[in-house]
Amino acid sequence: MSVMTGNEAAATAAKLARVQVIAAYPITPQSPVVETLSAWVESGELPAEFVAVESEHSALTVCIGASTVGARVFTATSSNGLAYMNEQVWWAAGARLPIVMCIANRALAAPWNVLNDQQDSMSERDAGWIQLYCRDNQEILDTTIQAYRIAERLHVPVMVCYDGFLLSHTMMPVSVPNAESIDAFLPPLAAPLTVVDTADPRNIGPVVMADPRADQTGVVRPGYMELRVMHQRALLEALKVIPEVDAVYAEATGRSWGGLVWGHLLDDADVVIVAAGSLATQATVAVETLRSEGIKAGVLGIRSYRPFPADAVRKALAGRKVALVFDKALSYGYEGPICADVRAAMLGADSSPPVFGAVCGLGGREVGPEHVADAARRAITDADTGVSIRETDWINLKLEG
Amino acid sequence: MATKILDLPDSSFVLPGNRSCAGCGIGIALRQITAALEGRMVMTVPASCLTVLGGMYPVSSVDVPWVNVAFPSTAAAASGIAAGLRAIGRADEMTVLAMAGDGGTGDIGIQALSGAAERNEDFIYLCYDNEAYMNTGTQRSGLTPAGARTTTTWAGKRENPKDLPRIMEAHGIPYVASTSAAYPTDVYDKVVKARGITGLRYIHMNTPCPSGWGFDPKDTVRLGKLAVDAGLVVLYEVEEGVFRLTGRSASLAKSGKLRTSVAEYLATQSRFRGMDVAAIEAVQSWVDGRWAGYVARDAEACG
Repeated sequence: MSVMTGNEAAATAAKLARVQVIAAYPITPQSPVVETLSAWVESGELPAEFVAVESEHSALTVCIGASTVGARVFTATSSNGLAYMNEQVWWAAGARLPIVMCIANRALAAPWNVLNDQQDSMSERDAGWIQLYCRDNQEILDTTIQAYRIAERLHVPVMVCYDGFLLSHTMMPVSVPNAESIDAFLPPLAAPLTVVDTADPRNIGPVVMADPRADQTGVVRPGYMELRVMHQRALLEALKVIPEVDAVYAEATGRSWGGLVWGHLLDDADVVIVAAGSLATQATVAVETLRSEGIKAGVLGIRSYRPFPADAVRKALAGRKVALVFDKALSYGYEGPICADVRAAMLGADSSPPVFGAVCGLGGREVGPEHVADAARRAITDADTGVSIRETDWINLKLEG
Repeated sequence: MATKILDLPDSSFVLPGNRSCAGCGIGIALRQITAALEGRMVMTVPASCLTVLGGMYPVSSVDVPWVNVAFPSTAAAASGIAAGLRAIGRADEMTVLAMAGDGGTGDIGIQALSGAAERNEDFIYLCYDNEAYMNTGTQRSGLTPAGARTTTTWAGKRENPKDLPRIMEAHGIPYVASTSAAYPTDVYDKVVKARGITGLRYIHMNTPCPSGWGFDPKDTVRLGKLAVDAGLVVLYEVEEGVFRLTGRSASLAKSGKLRTSVAEYLATQSRFRGMDVAAIEAVQSWVDGRWAGYVARDAEACG
């Protein structure tokens, strides 16, 4: 057992995955990930190419270029760095490249704020990446390794998201698997250079028209929309692949994270707190407090935000008294993004409870188990009085008047 | 020794038929560029006229590996391809060629290019300069010449173009060249030379554009040559910091003067139709000053 920060766990995972090309640009709170990796590349401990690019846009572009020729690649970023990458976030997904990128979640400017929320990665929701959220540093290490197997199986890039500072800079005990077990779990990329080959030249990523077109031999090839439905099907297949990979990983290392969602004291829970990331860990403490007061509370942790595990959410929430969904992000003019998804998943489902939303932790605003427990008590009171729709609850808000 | 036109290889990796405009200078040059690399290459191309030339899925007009990338990202993508090829042990199999237009290089792509040049990444970057955003309908770029009417400078651009090869030279990369699509042997020789050098090699290629500049497609080569004779385009190379004029520009320097006036060159294209005498004189004076500088640098290196 080692003691390490979330950033060190991410870097350690990249090393265990034997990444071949790393490109990154500094941004708080992600920087220690690539500082650590660059030191290992310089010392020879990690035989990889380290490209110290001039921007995040180029960091992801270098990964796109290297992944296109068949190298296993890694990058990491946060906040405005991810926003600056946005064009290439879409490109990497549309080009179906198995890139893994760690996100140390941080609030977006303006105004400047370096502390944690999840607005950065949640704003990339629709870009066609798989997004996995981690609750502690062990899960960061394990999920980053799993992410390569998922990405390479489905040809879809994966973001591994973890809360800035709360996890990125907090030391925790982490069990580091031995290299042999990871090599067996994640063999080197098979048959590199299958698409960039002078003996079989191809034009990769050219203009694709709306409708299918015939090639020079008369075979009809997909149009833009056919390529998009293939991409969607890959994301939906990830609903099966993510738990499968977690199960194989459990065989290799003895640790399982539950795949798409996870539960804590869920079986008999009347009130279910739904959350992603380290907040869900806080929620496990809150529900234990509530249980000591006689309130049957449980936690549903969202590990996979995209693809969204609608079936698993429906199964977990059907028949409950109330569900309270916490978001560290906001779709301005509507509500928290996870809450909107949970509500949509429950719509028309048998015995759906009222789904209430709570926004918390923006820009590093403190949210602890006591805040979560208070919000849960309010939700129960509302549900008991027949309220089924209500406005988003803002947690630990300090507006005057 | 300069290659003669009849000695250029017959091999071409540009297939018959493509979607570029009639008289497009890119198509002429791409034959020489791919031949100079003997097809042992991977191209990376941003959104540009070259994307159009390359063809629409599922057909391609060029018989070499080609990776399309986002507009600002050409040099970073080439860096990634080069790093990836090294990582998988296949870097010796092919030259990485990044090829983008003037806007894609000097405007939106300059950050990634400057970063790659500072890192001295191992690829050839070739900018085909057709002096505006031609693919999107002739909008001004930072390399559009003063006086040119574009669809965003209706009365003619006021500013002189930025000197991109000079900017690249300031990065201290091993090879910088300026060439013209109207001189296929000059293009060929410079790509052959660049191929043998390790590190970032930058080639700037003036590329006449009939539809954007307003001239008859049959005159592409004639106008490209006229630009060199007028001193608006200068053929040169800077190898490990040593400057020398090449081809026609070297002959002009030897002869002691430029062959054509700026006015004569400008009169051949409808884009310059709105320029008055004072504006033309201002460009002539700008060209004269630059030309004197090139001649002096050439003499300095030879002396």
